[in-house]
Amino acid sequence: MSELVAIFLGMVLINNFILVRFLGLCPFFGVSKQLGSAISMGIAVTFVMAIASLATWLIRNYILIPLDIEYMHIVIFILVIATLVQIIELFIKKTNLGLYFSFGIYLPLITTNCSVLGITLINATQDYSLSGSIVAALGGGLGFTLVLAMMSGIREKLELADTPKSMKGLPIAFIIAALLGLAFLGFGGIV
Amino acid sequence: MGKGKFAKEFAKGLILSNPVFVLALGLCPTLAISTSIDNALGMTLAVLIVLLGSNIIIAAIRKYVPNITRIPIFIVIIATLVTVVNLIFHAYLPDTYEALGIFLPLIVVNCIILGRAEAFASKHSVIHSIADALGITIGFMLALLMISFIRQVLGTGSLSVFGIDLFTLPILGEHPIAIFILPYGAFLVIGLLMGLFRRTGVMKGE
Repeated sequence: MSELVAIFLGMVLINNFILVRFLGLCPFFGVSKQLGSAISMGIAVTFVMAIASLATWLIRNYILIPLDIEYMHIVIFILVIATLVQIIELFIKKTNLGLYFSFGIYLPLITTNCSVLGITLINATQDYSLSGSIVAALGGGLGFTLVLAMMSGIREKLELADTPKSMKGLPIAFIIAALLGLAFLGFGGIV
Repeated sequence: MGKGKFAKEFAKGLILSNPVFVLALGLCPTLAISTSIDNALGMTLAVLIVLLGSNIIIAAIRKYVPNITRIPIFIVIIATLVTVVNLIFHAYLPDTYEALGIFLPLIVVNCIILGRAEAFASKHSVIHSIADALGITIGFMLALLMISFIRQVLGTGSLSVFGIDLFTLPILGEHPIAIFILPYGAFLVIGLLMGLFRRTGVMKGE
Protein backbone atom coordinates (compact mmCIF):
# COMPACT_ATOMS: atom_id res chain seq x y z
CA MET A 1 0.00 0.00 0.00
CA SER A 2 2.78 2.42 0.94
CA GLU A 3 4.39 1.66 -2.40
CA LEU A 4 1.20 2.76 -4.19
CA VAL A 5 1.06 5.98 -2.15
CA ALA A 6 4.68 6.67 -3.07
CA ILE A 7 3.96 6.11 -6.77
CA PHE A 8 0.89 8.35 -6.59
CA LEU A 9 2.54 11.27 -4.79
CA GLY A 10 5.63 10.96 -6.94
CA MET A 11 3.51 11.21 -10.09
CA VAL A 12 1.37 14.14 -8.92
CA LEU A 13 3.92 16.38 -7.22
CA ILE A 14 7.54 15.35 -7.65
CA ASN A 15 7.76 14.01 -11.17
CA ASN A 16 4.89 16.12 -12.42
CA PHE A 17 3.97 15.13 -15.96
CA ILE A 18 4.12 18.65 -17.38
CA LEU A 19 6.70 20.47 -15.31
CA VAL A 20 9.30 17.75 -14.80
CA ARG A 21 8.72 15.00 -17.36
CA PHE A 22 7.67 17.36 -20.18
CA LEU A 23 4.79 15.15 -21.28
CA GLY A 24 1.63 16.69 -22.70
CA LEU A 25 3.05 20.12 -23.42
CA CYS A 26 1.02 20.74 -26.58
CA PRO A 27 -2.34 20.78 -24.75
CA PHE A 28 -0.65 22.57 -21.86
CA PHE A 29 0.18 25.59 -24.00
CA GLY A 30 -2.74 25.21 -26.39
CA VAL A 31 -5.68 24.60 -24.06
CA SER A 32 -4.63 26.34 -20.88
CA LYS A 33 -6.27 29.66 -21.73
CA GLN A 34 -9.60 29.03 -19.99
CA LEU A 35 -10.20 27.25 -16.72
CA GLY A 36 -13.27 25.32 -17.93
CA SER A 37 -11.64 23.76 -20.98
CA ALA A 38 -8.45 23.08 -19.02
CA ILE A 39 -10.37 20.98 -16.49
CA SER A 40 -12.37 19.14 -19.19
CA MET A 41 -9.14 18.32 -20.99
CA GLY A 42 -7.47 17.18 -17.76
CA ILE A 43 -10.32 14.83 -16.85
CA ALA A 44 -10.49 13.39 -20.36
CA VAL A 45 -6.72 12.75 -20.37
CA THR A 46 -6.74 11.16 -16.90
CA PHE A 47 -9.61 8.87 -17.90
CA VAL A 48 -7.90 7.70 -21.09
CA MET A 49 -4.56 7.31 -19.29
CA ALA A 50 -6.09 5.00 -16.67
CA ILE A 51 -7.93 2.83 -19.22
CA ALA A 52 -4.91 2.73 -21.54
CA SER A 53 -2.68 1.67 -18.63
CA LEU A 54 -5.05 -1.17 -17.77
CA ALA A 55 -5.31 -2.35 -21.40
CA THR A 56 -1.60 -2.11 -22.20
CA TRP A 57 -0.64 -3.83 -18.93
CA LEU A 58 -2.86 -6.80 -19.78
CA ILE A 59 -1.59 -6.95 -23.35
CA ARG A 60 2.04 -6.62 -22.34
CA ASN A 61 1.93 -9.23 -19.59
CA TYR A 62 -0.38 -11.78 -21.22
CA ILE A 63 0.46 -11.42 -24.91
CA LEU A 64 3.73 -9.61 -25.62
CA ILE A 65 5.93 -11.13 -22.91
CA PRO A 66 4.75 -14.79 -23.29
CA LEU A 67 5.17 -14.57 -27.07
CA ASP A 68 8.55 -12.83 -26.64
CA ILE A 69 7.63 -9.99 -28.99
CA GLU A 70 8.08 -7.14 -26.53
CA TYR A 71 9.97 -5.10 -29.14
CA MET A 72 6.61 -4.58 -30.89
CA HIS A 73 5.30 -2.60 -27.91
CA ILE A 74 5.47 0.84 -29.58
CA VAL A 75 3.24 -0.17 -32.51
CA ILE A 76 0.85 -2.16 -30.33
CA PHE A 77 0.52 0.53 -27.63
CA ILE A 78 -0.25 3.34 -30.07
CA LEU A 79 -2.86 1.19 -31.84
CA VAL A 80 -4.46 0.26 -28.52
CA ILE A 81 -4.60 3.92 -27.50
CA ALA A 82 -6.06 5.05 -30.83
CA THR A 83 -8.71 2.32 -30.68
CA LEU A 84 -9.55 3.04 -27.06
CA VAL A 85 -10.02 6.73 -27.76
CA GLN A 86 -12.42 5.87 -30.59
CA ILE A 87 -14.39 3.45 -28.41
CA ILE A 88 -14.57 5.89 -25.50
CA GLU A 89 -15.71 8.64 -27.86
CA LEU A 90 -18.51 6.45 -29.27
CA PHE A 91 -19.50 5.25 -25.80
CA ILE A 92 -19.73 8.77 -24.37
CA LYS A 93 -21.62 9.97 -27.44
CA LYS A 94 -24.24 7.23 -26.95
CA THR A 95 -24.58 7.49 -23.18
CA ASN A 96 -23.94 11.08 -22.17
CA LEU A 97 -24.34 13.68 -24.88
CA GLY A 98 -23.67 16.60 -22.53
CA LEU A 99 -20.32 15.17 -21.51
CA TYR A 100 -19.54 14.43 -25.16
CA PHE A 101 -20.01 18.08 -26.12
CA SER A 102 -18.05 19.34 -23.12
CA PHE A 103 -15.07 17.17 -24.18
CA GLY A 104 -15.54 18.36 -27.75
CA ILE A 105 -12.39 18.32 -29.84
CA TYR A 106 -10.17 17.27 -26.92
CA LEU A 107 -11.13 13.61 -26.95
CA PRO A 108 -9.88 12.72 -30.46
CA LEU A 109 -6.77 14.83 -29.86
CA ILE A 110 -5.78 12.66 -26.90
CA THR A 111 -4.45 9.95 -29.24
CA THR A 112 -1.47 12.14 -30.06
CA ASN A 113 -1.04 13.44 -26.52
CA CYS A 114 2.35 12.19 -25.40
CA SER A 115 1.22 11.78 -21.80
CA VAL A 116 -1.00 8.80 -22.72
CA LEU A 117 1.66 6.89 -24.67
CA GLY A 118 4.15 8.20 -22.09
CA ILE A 119 2.39 6.62 -19.10
CA THR A 120 2.11 3.24 -20.86
CA LEU A 121 5.84 3.34 -21.68
CA ILE A 122 6.73 4.41 -18.13
CA ASN A 123 4.63 1.53 -16.74
CA ALA A 124 6.45 -0.86 -19.07
CA THR A 125 9.97 0.39 -18.28
CA GLN A 126 9.33 0.58 -14.52
CA ASP A 127 7.66 -2.84 -14.61
CA TYR A 128 4.83 -1.69 -12.32
CA SER A 129 2.21 -4.19 -11.13
CA LEU A 130 -1.37 -3.86 -12.42
CA SER A 131 -2.48 -1.76 -9.46
CA GLY A 132 0.76 0.24 -9.62
CA SER A 133 0.17 1.03 -13.29
CA ILE A 134 -3.34 2.28 -12.70
CA VAL A 135 -2.32 4.34 -9.65
CA ALA A 136 0.56 5.82 -11.66
CA ALA A 137 -1.85 6.73 -14.46
CA LEU A 138 -4.32 8.36 -12.06
CA GLY A 139 -1.51 10.25 -10.32
CA GLY A 140 0.00 11.38 -13.61
CA GLY A 141 -3.39 12.52 -14.86
CA LEU A 142 -4.18 14.36 -11.64
CA GLY A 143 -0.83 16.13 -11.74
CA PHE A 144 -1.49 17.06 -15.37
CA THR A 145 -4.97 18.42 -14.54
CA LEU A 146 -3.67 20.32 -11.51
CA VAL A 147 -0.94 22.15 -13.41
CA LEU A 148 -3.23 22.75 -16.41
CA ALA A 149 -5.86 24.33 -14.12
CA MET A 150 -3.26 26.45 -12.28
CA MET A 151 -1.79 27.63 -15.55
CA SER A 152 -5.18 28.58 -16.98
CA GLY A 153 -5.98 30.64 -13.88
CA ILE A 154 -2.69 32.50 -14.24
CA ARG A 155 -3.16 33.02 -17.97
CA GLU A 156 -6.65 34.48 -17.49
CA LYS A 157 -5.12 37.14 -15.23
CA LEU A 158 -2.23 37.57 -17.64
CA GLU A 159 -4.58 38.73 -20.40
CA LEU A 160 -5.02 41.94 -18.40
CA ALA A 161 -1.37 42.38 -17.47
CA ASP A 162 0.93 44.75 -19.30
CA THR A 163 3.30 42.21 -20.85
CA PRO A 164 6.02 43.48 -23.24
CA LYS A 165 4.77 43.04 -26.79
CA SER A 166 7.39 40.53 -27.90
CA MET A 167 6.77 38.35 -24.81
CA LYS A 168 2.98 38.17 -25.23
CA GLY A 169 1.37 34.75 -25.57
CA LEU A 170 3.66 31.75 -25.75
CA PRO A 171 7.00 33.21 -24.48
CA ILE A 172 5.55 34.51 -21.22
CA ALA A 173 3.66 31.22 -20.78
CA PHE A 174 7.01 29.40 -20.88
CA ILE A 175 8.49 31.72 -18.25
CA ILE A 176 5.48 31.13 -16.01
CA ALA A 177 5.85 27.38 -16.47
CA ALA A 178 9.47 27.70 -15.32
CA LEU A 179 8.40 29.59 -12.18
CA LEU A 180 5.61 27.06 -11.48
CA GLY A 181 8.18 24.30 -11.84
CA LEU A 182 10.47 26.01 -9.34
CA ALA A 183 7.59 26.13 -6.88
CA PHE A 184 7.00 22.40 -7.39
CA LEU A 185 10.69 21.80 -6.67
CA GLY A 186 9.77 22.37 -3.03
CA PHE A 187 7.89 19.03 -2.99
CA GLY A 188 11.23 17.30 -3.71
CA GLY A 189 11.96 15.18 -0.67
CA ILE A 190 8.47 14.26 0.57
CA VAL A 191 8.42 10.62 -0.53
CA MET B 1 9.48 20.52 -60.75
CA GLY B 2 12.63 22.59 -60.98
CA LYS B 3 15.40 22.92 -58.50
CA GLY B 4 13.95 26.17 -57.19
CA LYS B 5 10.91 24.44 -55.70
CA PHE B 6 13.11 21.87 -53.94
CA ALA B 7 15.22 24.64 -52.41
CA LYS B 8 12.08 26.55 -51.40
CA GLU B 9 10.51 23.59 -49.59
CA PHE B 10 13.85 22.98 -47.90
CA ALA B 11 14.43 26.57 -46.75
CA LYS B 12 10.90 27.06 -45.44
CA GLY B 13 11.48 24.70 -42.52
CA LEU B 14 14.58 26.52 -41.29
CA ILE B 15 13.12 29.86 -40.20
CA LEU B 16 9.71 30.81 -41.59
CA SER B 17 8.01 27.69 -40.33
CA ASN B 18 10.60 26.51 -37.85
CA PRO B 19 8.84 23.62 -36.14
CA VAL B 20 9.86 24.58 -32.62
CA PHE B 21 10.00 28.36 -32.41
CA VAL B 22 7.25 29.31 -34.86
CA LEU B 23 4.85 26.37 -34.98
CA ALA B 24 5.50 25.31 -31.35
CA LEU B 25 5.38 21.64 -32.38
CA GLY B 26 7.36 18.83 -30.82
CA LEU B 27 7.88 20.75 -27.60
CA CYS B 28 8.01 17.72 -25.32
CA PRO B 29 11.20 16.18 -26.75
CA THR B 30 12.75 19.61 -27.39
CA LEU B 31 12.52 20.65 -23.78
CA ALA B 32 13.18 17.26 -22.25
CA ILE B 33 16.36 16.22 -24.03
CA SER B 34 18.02 19.60 -24.59
CA THR B 35 20.35 19.19 -21.61
CA SER B 36 23.42 18.51 -23.75
CA ILE B 37 24.59 18.83 -27.35
CA ASP B 38 25.08 15.04 -27.53
CA ASN B 39 21.42 14.40 -26.74
CA ALA B 40 20.31 17.08 -29.19
CA LEU B 41 22.27 15.45 -32.02
CA GLY B 42 21.02 11.97 -31.08
CA MET B 43 17.41 13.18 -31.12
CA THR B 44 17.95 14.93 -34.45
CA LEU B 45 19.30 11.73 -35.99
CA ALA B 46 16.29 9.77 -34.75
CA VAL B 47 13.83 12.38 -36.02
CA LEU B 48 15.67 12.58 -39.36
CA ILE B 49 15.36 8.84 -39.97
CA VAL B 50 11.70 8.68 -38.97
CA LEU B 51 10.59 11.87 -40.74
CA LEU B 52 12.49 11.11 -43.95
CA GLY B 53 11.16 7.55 -43.97
CA SER B 54 7.57 8.49 -43.22
CA ASN B 55 7.53 11.38 -45.69
CA ILE B 56 8.93 9.18 -48.49
CA ILE B 57 6.58 6.25 -47.81
CA ILE B 58 3.50 8.40 -47.35
CA ALA B 59 4.21 10.50 -50.44
CA ALA B 60 4.76 7.32 -52.44
CA ILE B 61 1.48 5.68 -51.40
CA ARG B 62 -0.59 8.88 -51.22
CA LYS B 63 -2.71 8.00 -54.26
CA TYR B 64 -3.67 4.55 -52.94
CA VAL B 65 -4.63 5.53 -49.39
CA PRO B 66 -8.37 5.99 -48.87
CA ASN B 67 -9.02 9.35 -47.28
CA ILE B 68 -11.05 7.99 -44.39
CA THR B 69 -8.41 5.58 -43.06
CA ARG B 70 -5.35 7.73 -43.73
CA ILE B 71 -4.57 8.74 -40.13
CA PRO B 72 -4.39 5.16 -38.74
CA ILE B 73 -2.27 4.15 -41.74
CA PHE B 74 0.12 7.06 -41.16
CA ILE B 75 0.38 6.21 -37.47
CA VAL B 76 1.22 2.56 -38.18
CA ILE B 77 3.91 3.58 -40.69
CA ILE B 78 5.41 6.05 -38.23
CA ALA B 79 5.23 3.60 -35.31
CA THR B 80 7.01 0.95 -37.39
CA LEU B 81 9.79 3.37 -38.32
CA VAL B 82 10.14 4.43 -34.68
CA THR B 83 10.43 0.77 -33.64
CA VAL B 84 13.22 0.33 -36.21
CA VAL B 85 15.05 3.44 -34.94
CA ASN B 86 14.56 2.28 -31.35
CA LEU B 87 16.18 -1.08 -32.11
CA ILE B 88 19.03 0.51 -34.11
CA PHE B 89 19.82 2.96 -31.31
CA HIS B 90 19.64 0.19 -28.70
CA ALA B 91 22.15 -1.86 -30.68
CA TYR B 92 24.60 0.75 -31.96
CA LEU B 93 24.21 3.88 -29.77
CA PRO B 94 23.45 2.47 -26.30
CA ASP B 95 24.51 5.68 -24.48
CA THR B 96 22.21 7.87 -26.55
CA TYR B 97 19.46 5.25 -26.18
CA GLU B 98 19.75 5.49 -22.39
CA ALA B 99 19.93 9.28 -22.37
CA LEU B 100 16.88 9.79 -24.58
CA GLY B 101 14.84 7.29 -22.52
CA ILE B 102 11.13 7.24 -23.31
CA PHE B 103 11.46 10.21 -25.65
CA LEU B 104 12.82 7.90 -28.34
CA PRO B 105 9.63 5.79 -28.56
CA LEU B 106 7.58 8.96 -27.99
CA ILE B 107 8.64 10.19 -31.45
CA VAL B 108 5.52 8.28 -32.55
CA VAL B 109 3.31 11.00 -31.11
CA ASN B 110 5.63 13.88 -31.96
CA CYS B 111 3.32 16.35 -33.70
CA ILE B 112 6.08 17.29 -36.17
CA ILE B 113 6.08 13.86 -37.84
CA LEU B 114 2.31 13.32 -38.13
CA GLY B 115 1.88 17.01 -38.90
CA ARG B 116 4.21 16.83 -41.91
CA ALA B 117 2.61 13.57 -43.07
CA GLU B 118 -0.85 15.10 -42.97
CA ALA B 119 -0.05 18.64 -44.11
CA PHE B 120 2.63 17.96 -46.69
CA ALA B 121 3.62 14.40 -47.67
CA SER B 122 0.04 13.26 -48.31
CA LYS B 123 -0.36 15.98 -50.95
CA HIS B 124 3.07 16.33 -52.59
CA SER B 125 5.53 14.26 -54.63
CA VAL B 126 8.28 12.13 -53.11
CA ILE B 127 11.05 14.57 -54.11
CA HIS B 128 9.36 17.55 -52.50
CA SER B 129 8.54 15.52 -49.42
CA ILE B 130 12.24 14.69 -49.05
CA ALA B 131 13.08 18.41 -49.22
CA ASP B 132 10.36 19.14 -46.69
CA ALA B 133 11.64 16.44 -44.32
CA LEU B 134 15.24 17.67 -44.56
CA GLY B 135 14.27 21.32 -44.03
CA ILE B 136 12.04 20.60 -41.07
CA THR B 137 14.65 18.32 -39.47
CA ILE B 138 17.37 20.94 -39.84
CA GLY B 139 15.06 23.61 -38.40
CA PHE B 140 14.37 21.23 -35.50
CA MET B 141 18.10 20.61 -35.10
CA LEU B 142 18.92 24.35 -35.08
CA ALA B 143 16.37 24.96 -32.33
CA LEU B 144 17.58 21.95 -30.32
CA LEU B 145 21.25 22.92 -30.66
CA MET B 146 20.56 26.52 -29.67
CA ILE B 147 18.63 25.54 -26.54
CA SER B 148 20.99 22.76 -25.50
CA PHE B 149 24.08 24.92 -26.08
CA ILE B 150 22.76 27.59 -23.71
CA ARG B 151 21.61 25.04 -21.15
CA GLN B 152 24.81 22.99 -21.21
CA VAL B 153 27.15 26.00 -21.02
CA LEU B 154 25.26 27.81 -18.25
CA GLY B 155 24.24 24.67 -16.39
CA THR B 156 27.63 22.94 -16.29
CA GLY B 157 29.98 25.87 -16.98
CA SER B 158 31.73 23.96 -19.74
CA LEU B 159 31.07 22.45 -23.14
CA SER B 160 31.96 18.92 -24.15
CA VAL B 161 30.71 17.13 -27.22
CA PHE B 162 31.02 13.33 -27.51
CA GLY B 163 33.51 13.24 -24.62
CA ILE B 164 35.80 15.96 -26.04
CA ASP B 165 36.08 19.00 -23.76
CA LEU B 166 35.85 22.14 -25.86
CA PHE B 167 36.09 24.86 -23.21
CA THR B 168 35.42 25.64 -19.56
CA LEU B 169 34.25 29.06 -18.49
CA PRO B 170 36.32 30.76 -15.73
CA ILE B 171 33.82 31.36 -12.90
CA LEU B 172 30.86 29.31 -14.13
CA GLY B 173 33.11 26.24 -14.36
CA GLU B 174 33.34 26.12 -10.60
CA HIS B 175 29.89 27.47 -9.80
CA PRO B 176 27.53 26.39 -12.58
CA ILE B 177 23.94 27.66 -12.54
CA ALA B 178 22.41 24.23 -12.01
CA ILE B 179 18.85 25.39 -12.70
CA PHE B 180 19.57 25.43 -16.43
CA ILE B 181 20.19 21.69 -16.44
CA LEU B 182 17.04 21.09 -14.40
CA PRO B 183 13.68 20.93 -16.25
CA TYR B 184 12.71 24.48 -15.25
CA GLY B 185 15.72 25.91 -17.09
CA ALA B 186 14.32 24.51 -20.34
CA PHE B 187 11.11 26.54 -20.03
CA LEU B 188 13.10 29.66 -19.14
CA VAL B 189 15.51 29.35 -22.07
CA ILE B 190 12.88 28.62 -24.74
CA GLY B 191 10.63 31.43 -23.45
CA LEU B 192 13.41 33.99 -23.53
CA LEU B 193 14.68 32.82 -26.94
CA MET B 194 11.19 33.08 -28.43
CA GLY B 195 10.77 36.57 -26.98
CA LEU B 196 14.17 37.58 -28.34
CA PHE B 197 13.33 36.32 -31.84
CA ARG B 198 10.11 38.29 -31.84
CA ARG B 199 11.79 41.40 -30.45
CA THR B 200 14.45 41.36 -33.16
CA GLY B 201 11.84 40.68 -35.83
CA VAL B 202 13.28 37.32 -36.97
CA MET B 203 9.90 35.76 -36.21
CA LYS B 204 6.43 37.15 -36.03
CA GLY B 205 4.61 37.55 -32.74
CA GLU B 206 0.89 37.13 -32.13
